Amino acid sequence: MAFDHVTWIKAASYLGSGLAVGFGAIGAALGEGYTAGKANQVLAYRPRMSGDILKTMLVGQAVAESAAIFALVISMLLVFGGLGGPTPLSAWAYLGAGLAAGLSAVGSGVGSGFPAAAACEGIGRQPKASGQVTLIMLIGSAITQTPCIFGLVIAFLLMFVDFSAKPYYPYWAALLGAGLSTGLAAIGPGAGGGLVGASACKSVARHPEAQRPVTTAMLVGIGTTQSTAIYGFLISLILLFKSFPASTSYVPSFALLGAGFAMGFGGIGPGIGEGITGGYALDQVGRIPEKATLLTRTMLVGQAVSESTGIYSLVVALLLVLNA
Amino acid sequence: MEFSGADLIRAAALLGAGLAMGLGAIGPGVGEGYAAGKACEAIGRRPEEAGLLTRTMLVGQAVSESTGIYSLVVALLLMFVVQ
Repeated sequence: MAFDHVTWIKAASYLGSGLAVGFGAIGAALGEGYTAGKANQVLAYRPRMSGDILKTMLVGQAVAESAAIFALVISMLLVFGGLGGPTPLSAWAYLGAGLAAGLSAVGSGVGSGFPAAAACEGIGRQPKASGQVTLIMLIGSAITQTPCIFGLVIAFLLMFVDFSAKPYYPYWAALLGAGLSTGLAAIGPGAGGGLVGASACKSVARHPEAQRPVTTAMLVGIGTTQSTAIYGFLISLILLFKSFPASTSYVPSFALLGAGFAMGFGGIGPGIGEGITGGYALDQVGRIPEKATLLTRTMLVGQAVSESTGIYSLVVALLLVLNA
Repeated sequence: MEFSGADLIRAAALLGAGLAMGLGAIGPGVGEGYAAGKACEAIGRRPEEAGLLTRTMLVGQAVSESTGIYSLVVALLLMFVVQ
Protein backbone atom coordinates (compact mmCIF):
# COMPACT_ATOMS: atom_id res chain seq x y z
CA MET A 1 0.00 0.00 0.00
CA ALA A 2 1.63 3.23 -1.14
CA PHE A 3 0.56 6.72 -0.15
CA ASP A 4 1.59 10.00 -1.74
CA HIS A 5 3.71 12.46 0.22
CA VAL A 6 0.77 14.82 0.91
CA THR A 7 -0.91 12.06 2.91
CA TRP A 8 2.25 11.33 4.87
CA ILE A 9 2.82 15.04 5.65
CA LYS A 10 -0.76 15.53 6.85
CA ALA A 11 -0.63 12.41 8.98
CA ALA A 12 2.70 13.41 10.53
CA SER A 13 1.62 16.95 11.32
CA TYR A 14 -1.55 15.73 13.06
CA LEU A 15 0.45 13.15 15.00
CA GLY A 16 3.04 15.82 15.89
CA SER A 17 0.26 18.16 16.97
CA GLY A 18 -1.15 15.57 19.33
CA LEU A 19 2.26 14.74 20.77
CA ALA A 20 3.08 18.43 21.26
CA VAL A 21 0.03 19.27 23.30
CA GLY A 22 -0.07 15.87 25.00
CA PHE A 23 3.47 15.99 26.37
CA GLY A 24 3.24 19.76 26.82
CA ALA A 25 0.26 19.44 29.12
CA ILE A 26 2.03 17.12 31.57
CA GLY A 27 4.56 19.50 33.06
CA ALA A 28 2.57 22.68 33.49
CA ALA A 29 -0.35 20.83 35.03
CA LEU A 30 1.86 19.10 37.60
CA GLY A 31 3.72 22.30 38.44
CA GLU A 32 0.55 24.35 38.81
CA GLY A 33 -1.16 21.67 40.86
CA TYR A 34 1.81 21.50 43.22
CA THR A 35 1.72 25.30 43.59
CA ALA A 36 -2.00 25.29 44.34
CA GLY A 37 -1.53 22.51 46.86
CA LYS A 38 1.15 24.45 48.74
CA ALA A 39 -0.97 27.62 48.59
CA ASN A 40 -3.85 25.79 50.24
CA GLN A 41 -1.57 24.31 52.86
CA VAL A 42 -0.35 27.83 53.76
CA LEU A 43 -3.89 29.23 53.81
CA ALA A 44 -4.91 26.61 56.33
CA TYR A 45 -2.82 28.34 58.98
CA ARG A 46 -2.85 31.89 57.52
CA PRO A 47 -6.42 32.42 56.26
CA ARG A 48 -6.12 36.20 56.63
CA MET A 49 -3.41 36.34 53.95
CA SER A 50 -5.64 34.84 51.29
CA GLY A 51 -5.26 37.87 48.98
CA ASP A 52 -1.44 37.83 48.94
CA ILE A 53 -1.16 34.06 48.67
CA LEU A 54 -3.74 33.88 45.89
CA LYS A 55 -1.90 36.59 43.95
CA THR A 56 1.48 34.83 44.30
CA MET A 57 -0.06 31.49 43.37
CA LEU A 58 -1.67 32.89 40.22
CA VAL A 59 1.49 34.76 39.11
CA GLY A 60 3.59 31.62 39.61
CA GLN A 61 1.06 29.42 37.82
CA ALA A 62 0.92 31.86 34.91
CA VAL A 63 4.69 31.51 34.39
CA ALA A 64 4.43 27.70 34.57
CA GLU A 65 1.54 27.79 32.09
CA SER A 66 3.66 29.53 29.45
CA ALA A 67 5.49 26.26 28.73
CA ALA A 68 2.19 24.56 27.89
CA ILE A 69 1.08 27.55 25.82
CA PHE A 70 4.19 27.27 23.64
CA ALA A 71 3.33 23.63 23.03
CA LEU A 72 -0.28 24.58 22.25
CA VAL A 73 0.86 27.20 19.72
CA ILE A 74 3.01 24.64 17.90
CA SER A 75 0.18 22.15 18.03
CA MET A 76 -2.30 24.61 16.49
CA LEU A 77 0.19 25.62 13.79
CA LEU A 78 0.72 21.97 12.89
CA VAL A 79 -3.03 21.51 12.41
CA PHE A 80 -4.10 24.84 10.91
CA GLY A 81 -0.83 26.39 9.66
CA GLY A 82 -1.34 25.23 6.10
CA LEU A 83 1.95 23.35 6.23
CA GLY A 84 3.02 21.17 3.38
CA GLY A 85 5.98 20.35 1.24
CA PRO A 86 7.08 18.85 -2.03
CA THR A 87 8.73 15.77 -0.48
CA PRO A 88 7.93 13.36 2.36
CA LEU A 89 10.87 14.89 4.28
CA SER A 90 8.48 17.52 5.67
CA ALA A 91 6.56 14.76 7.45
CA TRP A 92 9.61 14.04 9.63
CA ALA A 93 10.19 17.77 10.21
CA TYR A 94 6.63 18.22 11.54
CA LEU A 95 6.85 15.14 13.71
CA GLY A 96 10.16 16.45 15.10
CA ALA A 97 8.63 19.89 15.70
CA GLY A 98 5.81 18.39 17.73
CA LEU A 99 8.21 16.30 19.80
CA ALA A 100 10.55 19.27 20.41
CA ALA A 101 7.76 21.56 21.58
CA GLY A 102 5.94 18.92 23.64
CA LEU A 103 8.86 17.24 25.40
CA SER A 104 10.64 20.52 26.17
CA ALA A 105 7.55 21.84 27.95
CA VAL A 106 7.55 18.95 30.46
CA GLY A 107 10.58 20.05 32.49
CA SER A 108 9.95 23.77 32.42
CA GLY A 109 6.32 23.31 33.42
CA VAL A 110 7.14 21.14 36.44
CA GLY A 111 10.17 23.26 37.29
CA SER A 112 8.38 26.60 37.33
CA GLY A 113 5.89 25.21 39.79
CA PHE A 114 8.59 24.65 42.46
CA PRO A 115 9.60 28.33 42.95
CA ALA A 116 5.93 29.36 42.90
CA ALA A 117 5.07 26.85 45.63
CA ALA A 118 8.09 27.85 47.72
CA ALA A 119 7.14 31.52 47.31
CA CYS A 120 3.61 30.90 48.62
CA GLU A 121 5.09 29.05 51.57
CA GLY A 122 7.70 31.75 52.19
CA ILE A 123 5.23 34.62 52.05
CA GLY A 124 2.99 32.79 54.48
CA ARG A 125 5.89 32.42 56.90
CA GLN A 126 7.38 35.92 56.43
CA PRO A 127 4.67 38.28 55.08
CA LYS A 128 6.97 41.31 55.31
CA ALA A 129 9.35 39.83 52.74
CA SER A 130 6.65 39.31 50.13
CA GLY A 131 8.20 41.80 47.68
CA GLN A 132 11.65 40.19 47.76
CA VAL A 133 10.22 36.67 47.59
CA THR A 134 8.02 37.52 44.59
CA LEU A 135 10.99 39.08 42.79
CA ILE A 136 13.25 36.06 43.27
CA MET A 137 10.42 33.71 42.32
CA LEU A 138 9.94 35.59 39.03
CA ILE A 139 13.67 35.53 38.23
CA GLY A 140 13.94 31.83 39.11
CA SER A 141 10.90 30.67 37.19
CA ALA A 142 11.70 32.86 34.19
CA ILE A 143 15.15 31.26 33.82
CA THR A 144 13.54 27.84 34.27
CA GLN A 145 11.55 28.54 31.09
CA THR A 146 14.73 28.73 28.94
CA PRO A 147 14.79 25.02 27.97
CA CYS A 148 11.25 25.17 26.66
CA ILE A 149 12.12 28.28 24.64
CA PHE A 150 14.93 26.26 23.03
CA GLY A 151 12.30 23.67 22.16
CA LEU A 152 10.05 26.34 20.68
CA VAL A 153 12.90 27.72 18.55
CA ILE A 154 13.79 24.25 17.20
CA ALA A 155 10.10 23.55 16.50
CA PHE A 156 9.80 26.79 14.51
CA LEU A 157 13.01 26.02 12.59
CA LEU A 158 11.72 22.53 11.76
CA MET A 159 8.38 23.92 10.57
CA PHE A 160 9.50 26.93 8.59
CA VAL A 161 12.99 26.23 7.21
CA ASP A 162 12.77 24.67 3.76
CA PHE A 163 14.54 21.30 3.79
CA SER A 164 12.92 20.01 0.59
CA ALA A 165 16.11 20.21 -1.49
CA LYS A 166 17.92 17.84 0.90
CA PRO A 167 18.26 14.11 0.19
CA TYR A 168 15.63 12.01 1.96
CA TYR A 169 18.30 9.65 3.34
CA PRO A 170 19.73 10.55 5.89
CA TYR A 171 17.81 13.82 6.46
CA TRP A 172 14.65 12.18 7.76
CA ALA A 173 16.68 11.06 10.79
CA ALA A 174 18.47 14.40 11.18
CA LEU A 175 15.12 16.23 11.42
CA LEU A 176 13.59 13.74 13.85
CA GLY A 177 16.83 13.63 15.87
CA ALA A 178 16.90 17.44 16.08
CA GLY A 179 13.45 17.45 17.65
CA LEU A 180 14.30 14.65 20.09
CA SER A 181 17.64 16.13 21.14
CA THR A 182 16.31 19.53 22.23
CA GLY A 183 13.00 18.16 23.49
CA LEU A 184 14.38 15.40 25.72
CA ALA A 185 17.44 17.36 26.89
CA ALA A 186 15.16 20.17 28.07
CA ILE A 187 13.34 17.95 30.59
CA GLY A 188 16.15 17.75 33.17
CA PRO A 189 17.36 21.35 33.16
CA GLY A 190 13.78 22.59 33.36
CA ALA A 191 12.98 20.53 36.44
CA GLY A 192 16.43 21.12 37.98
CA GLY A 193 16.34 24.88 37.51
CA GLY A 194 13.04 24.91 39.37
CA LEU A 195 14.56 23.10 42.38
CA VAL A 196 17.28 25.78 42.64
CA GLY A 197 14.73 28.57 42.30
CA ALA A 198 12.52 27.02 44.99
CA SER A 199 15.34 26.89 47.53
CA ALA A 200 16.26 30.49 46.71
CA CYS A 201 12.67 31.58 47.46
CA LYS A 202 12.72 29.67 50.73
CA SER A 203 16.07 31.23 51.70
CA VAL A 204 15.00 34.79 50.93
CA ALA A 205 11.83 34.29 52.97
CA ARG A 206 13.90 33.05 55.89
CA HIS A 207 16.55 35.81 55.68
CA PRO A 208 15.30 38.72 53.56
CA GLU A 209 18.55 40.59 54.27
CA ALA A 210 20.49 37.84 52.45
CA GLN A 211 18.72 38.64 49.19
CA ARG A 212 21.91 39.62 47.38
CA PRO A 213 24.11 36.53 48.07
CA VAL A 214 21.10 34.26 47.50
CA THR A 215 20.30 35.85 44.13
CA THR A 216 23.93 35.56 43.01
CA ALA A 217 24.23 31.92 44.10
CA MET A 218 20.86 31.13 42.48
CA LEU A 219 21.92 32.60 39.14
CA VAL A 220 25.18 30.60 39.20
CA GLY A 221 23.34 27.41 40.22
CA ILE A 222 20.53 27.69 37.63
CA GLY A 223 23.02 28.73 34.95
CA THR A 224 25.04 25.55 35.45
CA THR A 225 21.86 23.47 35.53
CA GLN A 226 20.85 24.75 32.09
CA SER A 227 24.08 23.56 30.45
CA THR A 228 22.76 20.21 29.18
CA ALA A 229 19.75 21.96 27.61
CA ILE A 230 22.26 24.08 25.71
CA TYR A 231 24.12 20.95 24.56
CA GLY A 232 20.82 19.51 23.32
CA PHE A 233 20.06 22.72 21.46
CA LEU A 234 23.56 22.69 19.96
CA ILE A 235 23.24 19.09 18.70
CA SER A 236 19.84 19.98 17.20
CA LEU A 237 21.29 22.95 15.35
CA ILE A 238 24.15 20.79 14.02
CA LEU A 239 21.66 18.13 12.88
CA LEU A 240 19.54 20.77 11.14
CA PHE A 241 22.22 22.76 9.41
CA LYS A 242 25.27 20.53 8.83
CA SER A 243 25.18 19.15 5.30
CA PHE A 244 25.09 15.37 5.09
CA PRO A 245 25.77 13.58 1.80
CA ALA A 246 22.93 11.55 0.28
CA SER A 247 23.31 7.95 1.36
CA THR A 248 22.26 4.65 -0.09
CA SER A 249 22.15 2.76 3.19
CA TYR A 250 20.41 3.06 6.53
CA VAL A 251 23.66 3.48 8.47
CA PRO A 252 24.06 7.30 8.43
CA SER A 253 20.35 7.78 9.16
CA PHE A 254 20.49 5.68 12.28
CA ALA A 255 23.73 7.35 13.40
CA LEU A 256 21.94 10.73 13.29
CA LEU A 257 18.88 9.38 15.09
CA GLY A 258 21.21 7.84 17.67
CA ALA A 259 22.90 11.22 18.16
CA GLY A 260 19.53 12.79 18.90
CA PHE A 261 18.68 10.08 21.46
CA ALA A 262 22.17 10.19 23.04
CA MET A 263 22.12 13.90 23.71
CA GLY A 264 18.41 14.06 24.44
CA PHE A 265 18.26 11.34 27.11
CA GLY A 266 21.77 12.23 28.29
CA GLY A 267 20.69 15.75 29.14
CA ILE A 268 17.96 14.65 31.55
CA GLY A 269 20.03 13.27 34.44
CA PRO A 270 22.66 15.99 34.84
CA GLY A 271 19.97 18.64 34.65
CA ILE A 272 17.96 17.13 37.51
CA GLY A 273 21.08 16.24 39.53
CA GLU A 274 22.62 19.69 39.27
CA GLY A 275 19.29 21.15 40.26
CA ILE A 276 19.21 19.00 43.42
CA THR A 277 22.76 20.15 44.25
CA GLY A 278 21.85 23.79 43.66
CA GLY A 279 18.74 23.40 45.80
CA TYR A 280 20.61 22.08 48.85
CA ALA A 281 23.37 24.68 48.39
CA LEU A 282 20.85 27.52 48.21
CA ASP A 283 19.12 26.31 51.39
CA GLN A 284 22.45 26.66 53.21
CA VAL A 285 23.33 30.00 51.60
CA GLY A 286 20.07 31.29 53.05
CA ARG A 287 20.87 29.84 56.47
CA ILE A 288 24.47 31.14 56.68
CA PRO A 289 24.93 33.84 54.03
CA GLU A 290 28.47 34.60 55.27
CA LYS A 291 29.59 31.17 53.98
CA ALA A 292 28.13 31.83 50.51
CA THR A 293 31.51 31.66 48.76
CA LEU A 294 32.47 28.30 50.26
CA LEU A 295 29.02 26.89 49.48
CA THR A 296 28.99 28.19 45.91
CA ARG A 297 32.42 26.67 45.34
CA THR A 298 31.35 23.26 46.66
CA MET A 299 28.15 23.48 44.64
CA LEU A 300 30.10 24.14 41.44
CA VAL A 301 32.55 21.27 42.07
CA GLY A 302 29.65 18.89 42.70
CA GLN A 303 27.73 20.11 39.67
CA ALA A 304 30.81 19.78 37.48
CA VAL A 305 31.16 16.10 38.40
CA SER A 306 27.45 15.58 37.80
CA GLU A 307 27.86 17.30 34.42
CA SER A 308 30.38 14.68 33.27
CA THR A 309 27.79 12.20 31.96
CA GLY A 310 26.18 15.04 30.03
CA ILE A 311 29.54 15.72 28.43
CA TYR A 312 29.99 12.02 27.57
CA SER A 313 26.61 12.19 25.84
CA LEU A 314 27.66 15.30 23.95
CA VAL A 315 30.88 13.58 22.82
CA VAL A 316 29.05 10.41 21.73
CA ALA A 317 26.43 12.51 19.88
CA LEU A 318 29.15 14.51 18.11
CA LEU A 319 31.02 11.33 17.16
CA LEU A 320 27.81 9.85 15.72
CA VAL A 321 27.08 13.03 13.76
CA LEU A 322 30.61 13.35 12.41
CA ASN A 323 30.78 9.70 11.36
CA ALA A 324 27.38 9.77 9.64
CA MET B 1 16.91 1.69 -1.17
CA GLU B 2 19.58 -0.95 -0.90
CA PHE B 3 19.29 -3.00 2.21
CA SER B 4 21.95 -5.48 3.20
CA GLY B 5 22.34 -7.42 6.43
CA ALA B 6 25.62 -5.67 7.26
CA ASP B 7 23.87 -2.31 6.92
CA LEU B 8 21.10 -3.34 9.26
CA ILE B 9 23.61 -4.50 11.86
CA ARG B 10 25.68 -1.32 11.63
CA ALA B 11 22.57 0.90 11.76
CA ALA B 12 21.30 -0.92 14.84
CA ALA B 13 24.73 -0.67 16.50
CA LEU B 14 24.83 3.11 15.99
CA LEU B 15 21.27 3.64 17.22
CA GLY B 16 22.12 1.40 20.16
CA ALA B 17 25.22 3.49 20.90
CA GLY B 18 23.09 6.61 21.09
CA LEU B 19 20.50 4.98 23.34
CA ALA B 20 23.18 3.43 25.57
CA MET B 21 24.90 6.71 26.28
CA GLY B 22 21.73 8.73 26.48
CA LEU B 23 19.81 6.51 28.88
CA GLY B 24 22.97 5.60 30.78
CA ALA B 25 23.66 9.24 31.54
CA ILE B 26 20.40 9.77 33.43
CA GLY B 27 21.21 7.88 36.61
CA PRO B 28 24.73 9.15 37.36
CA GLY B 29 23.63 12.71 36.65
CA VAL B 30 20.82 12.56 39.20
CA GLY B 31 22.80 10.50 41.72
CA GLU B 32 25.93 12.64 41.66
CA GLY B 33 23.82 15.75 41.94
CA TYR B 34 22.10 14.34 45.03
CA ALA B 35 25.48 13.48 46.59
CA ALA B 36 26.75 16.99 45.93
CA GLY B 37 23.56 18.48 47.32
CA LYS B 38 23.86 16.59 50.58
CA ALA B 39 27.54 17.62 50.78
CA CYS B 40 26.52 21.28 50.45
CA GLU B 41 23.96 20.76 53.21
CA ALA B 42 26.61 19.20 55.47
CA ILE B 43 29.12 21.97 54.76
CA GLY B 44 26.45 24.48 55.68
CA ARG B 45 26.13 22.83 59.09
CA ARG B 46 29.86 22.21 59.67
CA PRO B 47 31.79 24.67 57.44
CA GLU B 48 35.06 23.78 59.25
CA GLU B 49 34.84 20.22 57.86
CA ALA B 50 34.56 21.42 54.25
CA GLY B 51 37.73 19.61 53.15
CA LEU B 52 36.67 16.22 54.51
CA LEU B 53 33.14 16.61 53.16
CA THR B 54 34.28 17.62 49.67
CA ARG B 55 36.66 14.65 49.57
CA THR B 56 33.93 12.22 50.61
CA MET B 57 31.55 13.77 48.09
CA LEU B 58 34.06 13.25 45.29
CA VAL B 59 34.72 9.61 46.26
CA GLY B 60 30.98 8.94 46.36
CA GLN B 61 30.42 10.64 43.04
CA ALA B 62 33.28 8.72 41.45
CA VAL B 63 31.54 5.45 42.37
CA SER B 64 28.23 6.78 41.09
CA GLU B 65 29.96 7.82 37.87
CA SER B 66 30.94 4.23 37.10
CA THR B 67 27.67 3.32 35.35
CA GLY B 68 28.02 6.40 33.18
CA ILE B 69 31.49 5.24 32.18
CA TYR B 70 30.14 1.74 31.42
CA SER B 71 27.63 3.39 29.08
CA LEU B 72 30.35 5.44 27.45
CA VAL B 73 32.51 2.36 26.93
CA VAL B 74 29.60 0.37 25.46
CA ALA B 75 28.68 3.29 23.19
CA LEU B 76 32.26 3.58 21.93
CA LEU B 77 32.44 -0.21 21.42
CA LEU B 78 29.22 -0.16 19.40
CA MET B 79 30.47 2.74 17.31
CA PHE B 80 34.03 1.69 16.62
CA VAL B 81 34.63 -1.97 17.45
CA VAL B 82 31.72 -4.23 16.55
CA GLN B 83 31.32 -5.09 12.90
